[in-house]
Amino acid sequence: MGLPVAIIGSGNIGTDLMYKLERSDVLDLVALIGIDPASDGLRRARERGYEAPHNGIDWVAENPDAVKIVFDATSAYVHRKHNEVLQGLGITAVDLTPAALGPKVIPPVNLGAHLDAPNVNMVTCGGQATTPMVAAVSRVTRVPYAEMVSSVSSKSAGPGTRQNIDEFTRTTSRALEEIGGAEIGKAIIVLNPAEPPILMRNTVFCALPEGTDHQAVIGSVEEMVASVAAYVPGYRLKSVPLIEEGPFHTPGGVVPHRVVVLLEVEGAGDYLPTYAGNLDIMTAAALRVGEAIAHHRADTAQEVTA
Amino acid sequence: MTAVVEQPASGAKVKRDFRLIDSTLRDGSHAISHQYDVDQVVSIVKGLDAAGVQVIEVSHGDGLGGSSFNYGFSKVDEMQLVAAAVEATTNAQIAVLLVPGIGTVDELKRVRDLGVGVARIAVHCTEADITEQHIKMAKDLGMEAVGFLMMAHMNSPEGLAEQAKLLESYGADTVYFADSAGALTTNAVRARVAEVVGRIDVPLGVHAHQNLSLAVANSIAAYEEGARNLDGTSAGLGAGAGNCPTEILAAVCEREGIATGVDPLALMDVAEDITRPLMPRQQIIDRAGLLLGYSGVYSSFLLHAKKAAERYGVPEADILVELGRRKMVGGQEDMIIDVAVDLARRHAEREAAP
Repeated sequence: MGLPVAIIGSGNIGTDLMYKLERSDVLDLVALIGIDPASDGLRRARERGYEAPHNGIDWVAENPDAVKIVFDATSAYVHRKHNEVLQGLGITAVDLTPAALGPKVIPPVNLGAHLDAPNVNMVTCGGQATTPMVAAVSRVTRVPYAEMVSSVSSKSAGPGTRQNIDEFTRTTSRALEEIGGAEIGKAIIVLNPAEPPILMRNTVFCALPEGTDHQAVIGSVEEMVASVAAYVPGYRLKSVPLIEEGPFHTPGGVVPHRVVVLLEVEGAGDYLPTYAGNLDIMTAAALRVGEAIAHHRADTAQEVTA
Repeated sequence: MTAVVEQPASGAKVKRDFRLIDSTLRDGSHAISHQYDVDQVVSIVKGLDAAGVQVIEVSHGDGLGGSSFNYGFSKVDEMQLVAAAVEATTNAQIAVLLVPGIGTVDELKRVRDLGVGVARIAVHCTEADITEQHIKMAKDLGMEAVGFLMMAHMNSPEGLAEQAKLLESYGADTVYFADSAGALTTNAVRARVAEVVGRIDVPLGVHAHQNLSLAVANSIAAYEEGARNLDGTSAGLGAGAGNCPTEILAAVCEREGIATGVDPLALMDVAEDITRPLMPRQQIIDRAGLLLGYSGVYSSFLLHAKKAAERYGVPEADILVELGRRKMVGGQEDMIIDVAVDLARRHAEREAAP
């Protein structure tokens, strides 16, 4: 039997995560918790045989032994309240909002670093898509400045994202610095309402100082793309990483070149159609973190028994 | 030679049928790749202020926080430019533009501390609901909040009115729509203004571009339909083929008997003696500029598309048409590189074909 878990937040991200958890061998989904009994997510959860309460975090407080991990897919503002309840009950929070209360986790960069933390933060969809690219560059050269631009279809951006767009840019730019290794990070998000909806697109720019080995940068980026694609199959490069000539007067100083990484994320189509790669990259990363925590606990328990 | 302009007699009541908001130091920044320095800002603010302009917008072209790889780095930190503008003005209020997703409320707080009175919160014309936190913050800071809907050709009159109502519900004191692609014909402007003014209780403003050579005509039509704020820039300096040139708008208004409260001759002096000398290129409607309006492409893409065309050896016109076909919206400047690389690849494949 796997580790029992619940999702709180029955919007786009929570519902997409439900479908991914269904396929997990190490995590057992018990409940998808919402606040609106009429929501599409709760209806789907009921249909699939999960508990689908609509009293929000109260359900967790009333059933304190039912789950060991709660994935929070509400909003940054609400997560701050949820976290207090979860910490009081000793339940681990995997935070899919940009609240960033706990350490940030980007699986291909620092998956193993915070497995005992009571709260881990999944940054943002754009952060999951772009931080690995900055980390790929910063492992071969100094990155005085890095920038990401994320375009997502309007249909895939739910009310949580829309009411908290500043939290997206702040949390993402910090992730580029703290996890990506850039000295200065900047994040930009654009919503595009085109029909049919656009695939999630991300562009990463990194300032390349004088003397950078450009081939090493390209090779490192391509390797990292493969690491992400291992758990997000629709994650891919639109073209080889481009080395463009400047000079560029960045906030991190003047550099002779920049690398431009054009990425596309096609979703698995679990909940929203395949254009919503922004959901997939978030939920696939959260699933990976949840599973890593479960494995880590199983290992620790074994050591204790032995 | 510097402009010689006189202050309107102090204490005299100035009659104005609409409010003119000058964006030379914001939208105009696109046309000079965000290379304004403090001296240029000070001389333009002084000239506009003396000519009777009430509101002068100063920011990176893409709004606060726009200095970036994606949109171009500012030569001088915009906070320094804003501070210099506040210092230089006597009567005019200084405004800023903020595009949620690019800048944050943090920048709004900083410019408020510098003395900025008007916050224009700009968003694509279908996404008004991402502005709530910014409009509310502007109000909490005691600023006038202007909700600004961009790329108005991409929404119907009814759709635009719905979005305008949302902005109003968040507390916007004024609502604008911007023809950011310069793609609206005069009838299309009339239909949108008529629909929106009938649905909101706050004043409406219109921001026009010159790509189809209609900026002044569209601004006058907007006024006739009930818009009570109009945007423009000195000498039309701005993204794409340029903005509505304020000196021409003021001259036309005077001929039409519409009171602007600004002195057309003084604005002509500013345009000729201060603005034109700093322009790297004249604001003409060349093929690329016209294509923006014709294909419905965000005007700010123009200079970025020129650069990508050079870098990847593909025609600028093809890039612009493809951007329009893909329905790219303001802020997606990175997609210009994407399109250029795609076109270069397709071109190479054709060359290689037997």
